Amino acid sequence: MSTDAGLRSRGRRLPLRTAVLVAVVTVLLLLVPWVFGAFTVMTFTRALVFAVLAMSVNLLTGVAGMPTLGQAAYFGVGAYTGALVGIHWSELGVVQLALATLAGVVAAVLTGPLAIRGRGVAFLMITLAIGEIGYTAAGRLDSVTGGTDGMSGIPPVVVTPGGSGLVNEGLIYYYVLVVAAVSYAAVAVLLRSPFGLTLRGLRDNESRLRSVGYRTDSYALAAYVYAGGLAALAGSLWASSQRFVAPGDLGFEISALALLAVIVGGVGSMWGACLGALLVVFTRDYLGQQLSGHAPLLLGILFVLTVYLLPQGVAGGRAQWRRLFPKDHGGDPGTVTPT
Amino acid sequence: MTGWLDAHLVSMVDGVAYGLLLFTLAVGLSLVFGMMDVLNLAHGTLYLAGAYTAYALSDGSWLGLLVALLVGLLVGLAGGGLLAAAVAPLQGRGHLDQAALTLGIALIAAEVMAMFFGAEVLPTAPPGSLARSVSVLDHSYPLYRLVFIAVAGVLAVLVYLAFERSSVGALVRATVADRDMVRAMGVDTRKVLFGVFAFGAVLATVGGVLGAPIIAPGPGIDDRVLVLSLVVIVIGGLGSVRGALLGALLIGQVQTLGVALTPAFAPFLLFGAMLLVLVLRPQGLSSLGRA
Repeated sequence: MSTDAGLRSRGRRLPLRTAVLVAVVTVLLLLVPWVFGAFTVMTFTRALVFAVLAMSVNLLTGVAGMPTLGQAAYFGVGAYTGALVGIHWSELGVVQLALATLAGVVAAVLTGPLAIRGRGVAFLMITLAIGEIGYTAAGRLDSVTGGTDGMSGIPPVVVTPGGSGLVNEGLIYYYVLVVAAVSYAAVAVLLRSPFGLTLRGLRDNESRLRSVGYRTDSYALAAYVYAGGLAALAGSLWASSQRFVAPGDLGFEISALALLAVIVGGVGSMWGACLGALLVVFTRDYLGQQLSGHAPLLLGILFVLTVYLLPQGVAGGRAQWRRLFPKDHGGDPGTVTPT
Repeated sequence: MTGWLDAHLVSMVDGVAYGLLLFTLAVGLSLVFGMMDVLNLAHGTLYLAGAYTAYALSDGSWLGLLVALLVGLLVGLAGGGLLAAAVAPLQGRGHLDQAALTLGIALIAAEVMAMFFGAEVLPTAPPGSLARSVSVLDHSYPLYRLVFIAVAGVLAVLVYLAFERSSVGALVRATVADRDMVRAMGVDTRKVLFGVFAFGAVLATVGGVLGAPIIAPGPGIDDRVLVLSLVVIVIGGLGSVRGALLGALLIGQVQTLGVALTPAFAPFLLFGAMLLVLVLRPQGLSSLGRA
């Protein structure tokens, strides 16, 4: 796809501009708790968690070309694992994140071989089934998950050994921001590696890749496991920031919204996925609340408008933005802020 | 054996009614996907629109049902036409954009319908003379469901015959198999696509009108029937009427007989069945051999 190729070539041509953009975004994100009230900060926290989940979905959907509706299952595995570790074992964030990611990796290793038997729509449907079975299981394994009542009483997450728990929403925001930034870097490194390039090959022409000797199924499984671990990491962040986990957190709606966030952001682009997650969460939680609970209506309008007006998503290059705003020649997609 | 059969007869008949209802939904979804590569996630909305039509217009008389059917037909034609026109500019842009667009339309339509009909599930009564139970092999059974099975069964046979045995059906099947070749032979495939989209939408709304007493309209019903029909067409194989019928009847039984037999696993059955079929046969039970 031309999207990420264009992004990469632009990145090479304008490293200074990219660096400035990264710095500006970082400063803006760091300023959030100082500028906004508690509700908005918590919405930003949810959006960041959702951005990590969207990156996981995008790694499969946009990079490896395998659209998924099941990542909420691994998100849920991570959320419940993080919550259980927090309640029973360690309040240390690093321990919770590591064990949740490990649990997600194990879950993906076990279920991945089923999922990668299909490609395209078949893969989408297998992952949908995995997601729905995970959702149902979470509601019925009362002894582990607390059933449909959900799991509460998760202690505040502790960052350094012996430190105090994070209860202030601004500090929780920073905790989530740091972990999200590290995950973004981890995904960026992966995408620049030969492995990341092979995943793009998987998307663009799997049979050619196979014919030159790649074991494409192994690559698909590896991508699935990586994405599963990333989704579980997001789940642990969710448990730490909400301090409550319920089966609804791994329902179809979450998987679908994550996939739609990727489409809105621009399939294949990681910062697009993050921006899409921000847009979706703010449309649902912020605008939806302002307009007395008509969040689905707003989301519907967002999806329809994006598909028609920005065919390649928010991150899809400058040409489509220029077409939208003919006079604004300087319109850079990077300066479009989600709020 | 006869004792077992006797104990589960009601579940099995329920399953047939349920399966045929799913067929009226799934066949349009399957053909539209097979022909246009369009994953129409607003298909459940059409059922809901039909069911609300039945709720608003049926007053327990036959005339009310007839009016509801006619209006449902028009709603289906209009809805199908609009959806076909909406996805037409997206040709060749992949499933994800179409899914996002149709899901967006479905979300908007669901909110609009909720504004008119409220947040309650609205039980819809069948015509008065059918709103009673009859005795079937010593079991009391709602008459309307038996009539529904007969009507939907005839509908299914007609659709099947039209698709498999008529020249129009041959044209549709050819377009599913190789659209470019059909176009090369001088057929305006856009008309075929539009027709199939409208036909599938009409089947869904008519299914909604007739099915309202079985699956009553309410918020969230559109999602539920959409997911059920997606499962049906995935199990049956995309783009095939026979597959849709097979999948619908199978899922009907899974949802009724299966639940009655293994209540403990009931919530897992639907997606468990789909997972099993997909893993063993990713192309569906009866596919045309397309990837």
